[in-house]
Amino acid sequence: MTLDAISPTDSTQVLPVSRERGPAGLVAEAVSAWFGDHQVLSDVDLRMEAGHVTALIGPSGCGKSTFLRILNRMHELVPGAALAGQVLLDGEDIYDPARRPIESRRRIGMVFQKANPFPTMSVYDNVLAGLKLTGRKAPAKGGADDLVEHSLRSAGLWDEVKARLGTPGSSLSGGQQQRLCIARALAVRPDVLLMDEPCSALDPTSTRRVEETIRAIAGEVTVVIVTHNMQQAQRVSDRCAFFLAAEGTPGHIVEQGLTTDVFERPRDERTADYVNGRFG
Amino acid sequence: MSTVTLPVTPAPRPTPQRRTITVRPTRSDRVFVLGARAAALLTLLVMGLIGTFLLIGALPALRSQGWGFLTEHEWLPEADKFGIAALLWGTILIGVFALIVAIPVSLGAALFISEYAPRSLKKSLITLVDLMAAVPAVIYAIWALFFLQAHLLTVAQWLSVHLSWLPFMTVKVPDSPSSYTSSAFIAGMAVGVVVLPTMTSVMREVFSQAPVGEREGAIALGATRWGMIRAVVLPFGRAGIIGGIMLGLGRALGETIVVYALISPMFDFTTHPFESGTNAIAAHIASRYSESSGVALAGLLGAGLVLFGFTLVINTLAGIIVSRSRSGASTEI
Repeated sequence: MTLDAISPTDSTQVLPVSRERGPAGLVAEAVSAWFGDHQVLSDVDLRMEAGHVTALIGPSGCGKSTFLRILNRMHELVPGAALAGQVLLDGEDIYDPARRPIESRRRIGMVFQKANPFPTMSVYDNVLAGLKLTGRKAPAKGGADDLVEHSLRSAGLWDEVKARLGTPGSSLSGGQQQRLCIARALAVRPDVLLMDEPCSALDPTSTRRVEETIRAIAGEVTVVIVTHNMQQAQRVSDRCAFFLAAEGTPGHIVEQGLTTDVFERPRDERTADYVNGRFG
Repeated sequence: MSTVTLPVTPAPRPTPQRRTITVRPTRSDRVFVLGARAAALLTLLVMGLIGTFLLIGALPALRSQGWGFLTEHEWLPEADKFGIAALLWGTILIGVFALIVAIPVSLGAALFISEYAPRSLKKSLITLVDLMAAVPAVIYAIWALFFLQAHLLTVAQWLSVHLSWLPFMTVKVPDSPSSYTSSAFIAGMAVGVVVLPTMTSVMREVFSQAPVGEREGAIALGATRWGMIRAVVLPFGRAGIIGGIMLGLGRALGETIVVYALISPMFDFTTHPFESGTNAIAAHIASRYSESSGVALAGLLGAGLVLFGFTLVINTLAGIIVSRSRSGASTEI
């Protein structure tokens, strides 16, 4: 865990969520995707290192979000969606017919562009929703309270909501709702956390809090984040992949590597243009 | 030493006056608004006139019977002794039986159509349910009379015999199937089928509006489809379920021809709903209005007034419940 990333406003240290194993890496091999006859992704290979933050950048419509949704089997919920290739979690293909999609989704959490807490549930119940939905019991008496506190602390939300855990999730501000969703995703102790433009609807202060959260949980969890904000990608990610879909062709990865390399020493001219804001 | 900046006193500004904000409507605006308002008022007027007409028509009966009109169970206008107590009780009983069959089936059908049905099947199922709602009640009546009743007799007999430790489940002659014909139970089942499509339609509409974001949130947490339904769709659709049930109840209470075709009228409180013989307000009015005159006709209008008020209250409550909820804000029932 990167200690310098812990929010200075947090009075207490982020408590590590106990787990049996370390975070798992995620590897996409030759992933292509279609919606009906329309191919949106072509032959994407990407290694998302365990315990690191990988940013997916690129102009709109280049297939980043589709790729992200492929990583936890959300892609197949769209009618007409298809894919090719493999996604390996700790070396095992999550699309193996013998594996149920819900098992993969339990290990690979997701935070969406628009915060989606369950509006009728309290903040407390929202955090525990993942456990209830997957039929797991929260740790015995008092354990549930601890888990809620740990998860909310990890998401950098505890100090703001500890006095009103019983209020509905929908009563929080947009930025708080998004961090509640992060806490909810962390409470099930995923190996991987996917984030689809988690800050695009947030104000700068909330964005900073979410970014601090991402840095704080990296190490515990493998993070993959889609973002349109170049500064954000530089601030939060260790590695970076630049997606591009040239006119009429499916999206693919133009360049990937350490974030500092991609931003400061891009090998491809198109990457250099994009990260410097010359197109896209 | 730091320099001291003296506060500059701004020139006093006049107290703000509120402006009246007006929008001058064009001629076509005004014509349209007038037309729309007239149409809306017309429906209210018609409702009001129906109520007034029923009240005026019923006055002779209400005067002659007083409160007895609500508490008397016999219907003997010749003897100046009539009331709607038994009719009202029978109406409610049939409505309750209708809901017992319609609630689980409509809930299941609505969930299947909105959550489980493959896309190819979904559209045809929606059309089919809407078509079911459009089938005239008289078709249901003859179907219930010549088909459903015959098949329900064994069910009624089985239930009555096996639950005979409940005093109201028994019939006088348990061995004879004819003991079970024309009962409140049979009529309720048939009415349940009639109100089923309306209830399914309202519930399905509300379920399908459950936000995609919340659905995906639940699925991304590893929920099964049923888990997602329990966490997102059902809480979101709760008001739609209640509204749909009440709308179904409102229709069931007013159902006429199906009940009229099935029941054998009786003017006593139905205490054994599986036994032949019951009654209901709408069916009673339909069976008696042609042969009634004077105070007897006034009595029928009075019965109609009670039914009118009853269904009005239930439908209004259903509307309020649905429109007050998050899910119902954009749902019409």
